[in-house]
Amino acid sequence: MRRSFAHLSDEALVALVARGQEDALAELYDRIGRIAYGIALRIVRDDRLAEDAVQDGFLSAWRTAATFNPERAKASTWVITLVHRRAVDLVRREQRRRADPLDDEAGASVADAAGSAEEQAWLGFERDRVQRALAELPDPQREAIELAYYGGFSQAELAERLGLPLGTIKSRMFAGLARLRELLDEPLEAL
Amino acid sequence: MDTESHELIAAYALDALDDDDRRRVEELLEVSAEAREELRSFVEVSAAMAMATVGDSAPSAGLRDRILAGAKAEPQVVVPFERPATRRVRLVPVLGAATAIAATIALGLGLWATSLRSDLSTTRDALAHERTVGSVLADPSARTINLEKTEGKLVVDGAGTAVLIVENIELAPAGKVYEAWVIDGDIAKPAGLFPGGSGRSVVPLAQRVTTGSLVAVTIEDAAGATQPTSSPIVTSSPA
Repeated sequence: MRRSFAHLSDEALVALVARGQEDALAELYDRIGRIAYGIALRIVRDDRLAEDAVQDGFLSAWRTAATFNPERAKASTWVITLVHRRAVDLVRREQRRRADPLDDEAGASVADAAGSAEEQAWLGFERDRVQRALAELPDPQREAIELAYYGGFSQAELAERLGLPLGTIKSRMFAGLARLRELLDEPLEAL
Repeated sequence: MDTESHELIAAYALDALDDDDRRRVEELLEVSAEAREELRSFVEVSAAMAMATVGDSAPSAGLRDRILAGAKAEPQVVVPFERPATRRVRLVPVLGAATAIAATIALGLGLWATSLRSDLSTTRDALAHERTVGSVLADPSARTINLEKTEGKLVVDGAGTAVLIVENIELAPAGKVYEAWVIDGDIAKPAGLFPGGSGRSVVPLAQRVTTGSLVAVTIEDAAGATQPTSSPIVTSSPA
């Protein structure tokens, strides 16, 4: 029978994962897997490759959980970062960019999400909040960070594809991410 | 920090750098608390961007099972309890950057520690050995290749750095040693010596493994050989 981990923080789960507890990894997947799959799919645009990226990212988390430092990032951020890195590696290697990553995905409903109604509501809330913040960015900045994070493009690739100087891409990326950080830090009513 | 550093860190948080620039950022993170703080805040922003993608189609039910099955088969890196204080502040595990992990942590290897320590002569060698192993195992893009003729694996990271893991190979006979080889075409290059013995032998290979390479193990005289002198007792599937 599986232990209940509902009362544990993500960080506590990672500590258990580091001790080889597979059911803690299962719980971590149940909490973060859907988000991880969402970002992987956005990047690689292929169900099977997206699942590969999620699997590799979670197994990387499994192998290296002992090195996780909660002072450096939330546990969920750490896992998402691992999956994202893997998805970017895949898409750069396989040249699988087949669609414009600026397009919003069809549907974007969390109604079919696994998990409780509260969890679905929270996921939807967070998603909408981030999307609103992104929409407030000046278009050139938004384009730069979305093509990088959702498209898997490197700075050099973006400069070439957009026909812009590399320095312009770098400064837009920094300005966009810094502005997004401000927007997400603002109190909710400010959005 | 200068503008260039800020820009590099932002791009790192978005995974928008090539390998050379990634390494530059990782070097900066080692020496700059300000850089680490900047990165910490930026990776939370990029992870929030991941949240904005929720609502796309869900993964298959089989993915969860595959991850758990994979975990059962995968060894874990274990950090020793007593970590040198000077290194502790330099931990950069957040980004799963294998090079950063390897460069900044004295990695211990849990189950493997006994066999690692028994066959290594100096602490310095042991540390280099553990860093290589930790780096390869921490690489999310590492490939795992099964061995033929015996139980075990070859794990190869994106750069071709490889670790050979052999399970339950008996102790080499007196005066003999196991020698690993990386074979490309007709050329076999010596890639490491190990004594075997009960449990698991973990051998970071001194040669890169690329597509088409084979890895083999022979029994050689204790000093090792420059060319294999006997038939392989272990081989990898083609990489």
